[in-house]
Amino acid sequence: MIQFDNVHKQYSDGTQAVNGLSFEVEEGTTTVLVGPSGCGKTTTMQLVNRLEEPTEGTVYYDGTDIQELPATELRRQIGYVIQDIGLFDHMTIAENVATVPELKGWDDDRTDERVDELLDLMGLPPEEYRESYPGELSGGQQQRVGVARALAAGPDVMLMDEPFGALDPITRENLQDEFLDIQEEIETTIIFVTHDINEALKMGDKIAMMNDGELVQYDTPAAMLEAPATKFVEDFIGPDRTLKQLRVLQVSEIMRTEVPDEHRDVVDAFDPADTVMADGGELIPVTPTDSAQVALSRCIQAGVRALPVVEDATVIGVVTEEDIRGYHADEIEATSE
Amino acid sequence: MSGIVSFFDSLVQFTADNSDRLLRLFGEHIVLAIETLVIALPIAIVLGIAISYNERAATVVLWIASVLLTIPSIAFFGMLVPILGIGTPPVIVALVAYSQLPVIRNTYLGVTGVDPAAVEAGTGLGMTRFERLWRVRLPVALPVVMAGVRNAVVLLVGLAAIGAFIGGPGLGFFIFYGINQGNTAMIVVATVAVSVLALAFDYLFAVTERGLRLRNGEDLEPTYTTRLFDAIRTQFQ
Ligand SMILES: Nc1ncnc2c1ncn2[C@@H]1O[C@H](COP(=O)(O)OP(=O)(O)OP(=O)(O)O)[C@@H](O)[C@H]1O
Ligand SMILES: [Mg+2]
Repeated sequence: MIQFDNVHKQYSDGTQAVNGLSFEVEEGTTTVLVGPSGCGKTTTMQLVNRLEEPTEGTVYYDGTDIQELPATELRRQIGYVIQDIGLFDHMTIAENVATVPELKGWDDDRTDERVDELLDLMGLPPEEYRESYPGELSGGQQQRVGVARALAAGPDVMLMDEPFGALDPITRENLQDEFLDIQEEIETTIIFVTHDINEALKMGDKIAMMNDGELVQYDTPAAMLEAPATKFVEDFIGPDRTLKQLRVLQVSEIMRTEVPDEHRDVVDAFDPADTVMADGGELIPVTPTDSAQVALSRCIQAGVRALPVVEDATVIGVVTEEDIRGYHADEIEATSE
Repeated sequence: MSGIVSFFDSLVQFTADNSDRLLRLFGEHIVLAIETLVIALPIAIVLGIAISYNERAATVVLWIASVLLTIPSIAFFGMLVPILGIGTPPVIVALVAYSQLPVIRNTYLGVTGVDPAAVEAGTGLGMTRFERLWRVRLPVALPVVMAGVRNAVVLLVGLAAIGAFIGGPGLGFFIFYGINQGNTAMIVVATVAVSVLALAFDYLFAVTERGLRLRNGEDLEPTYTTRLFDAIRTQFQ
């Protein structure tokens, strides 16, 4: 969908912001650009909607050199959430969200309907927020409006520059979760910028890690955690790499549908309607989409060696602490074979 | 004490005796101010926008406009007479020149003072340069422009009185005639009338400015005026 081919960008003051970037963003996926401050993430993103032009190399949009596409048309196809939010303070929330539909000349009914739909989607009830002004909203609400505005005309591609930056950790987690749900509905190709590795691991189908204007590694979250390409990547991921791996590993990938005899008791004794154990503690089961990290945490909390995996109120298997621990060893064996 | 009382009496007497002429001159003064604004505002606003795209042009234009302001008004009017004759035309030309600086400056400050993030968002969402001006820069700048118009109008209503020196219309006639005749009542009544007119224009544009700010979602302490304005606005919605 979006392809960078040996792209360089040097600003007029001589700053080499992007240096020989080559990678491809596949349609319908989320690619996260991650890296330290000043490594060229924003610049890379702006090369896609032609807010900046490459000094060397080519960016392709659907196979076409973007230099050949008219800039305003291109930008109206691409939703853009800027790093500084940049809402129009003199317009109401509804007018802000309606920006691109208005530019595209949609009729009023269609625009109004779309605005309400998006405000609902972003958890801002239209009756309450349509006529508000950005100055009356909290930082988190403003960021939601920024995302709604970018989504308004149903873009083929979304560029999101630290859309959840400058938020407290809890609001941030919530917005991330909500956006993951929204993302499943909209099926848009997304380029997402962050300097937070946890956010990158959570949001990305693919992660492009950058340093000093160069692409250091381009991989899935699991692959990047499994095999950091350089010392820089390893350091950027941090010392708890193994725990982070458990976070991107889903229970469904390691659960056993055949319950081993030694763990029969856990499953047999488990009653989805009554999770309180004999000793008064609580055994909370996991779902197939929970992370291995959650499973391990619940094992430790309940003092058990295995947990039932539950879907639609029926036990469909078991996940064992041994398998969680063993997963890492297996991977090492698999890669060394 | 009785001196002051009799002075006031003479003012009331003068006003009563000359209400017709006073009203006519007052009317002329208003028309002159409006004619000047109708010509001056488009020029100043277009200039203010144009120079926002070129820093060097901005420096030059703002400098010229402020130099114009330093020319003594009597001299300016006098210099225009050989070219435009006497009467309304040279007065309007001079007043248009005098009202440029506040409006150009405020337009320029208004359109360049827009939050750069909002401008970048506008560009990134696919607004053309004109759409950015029309949908983002100008609406944000309009209250600031209006503040400049307030400055200009107070300035020009006062200066218009001097235009009578070269045969221009308006209340200035009574001021110069009063000076000639040693008629203090005539001078004072005309001067008060000029001040009242200036304040009335100022008030009108102040209300407009507040209205524009409110429409832009700015958080203003409500005053009588704005409450009235809001009441009127909701009537029309
Ligand atoms: N308009 C510009 N002119 C000159 N240099 C610039 C410009 N914009 C960015 N730079 C420089 O280019 C480099 C990359 O900037 P960029 O904004 O792409 O980084 P970033 O990864 O987005 O950083 P951050 O995480 O702080 O947002 C930096 O050194 C920055 O100072
Ligand atoms: Mg950035």
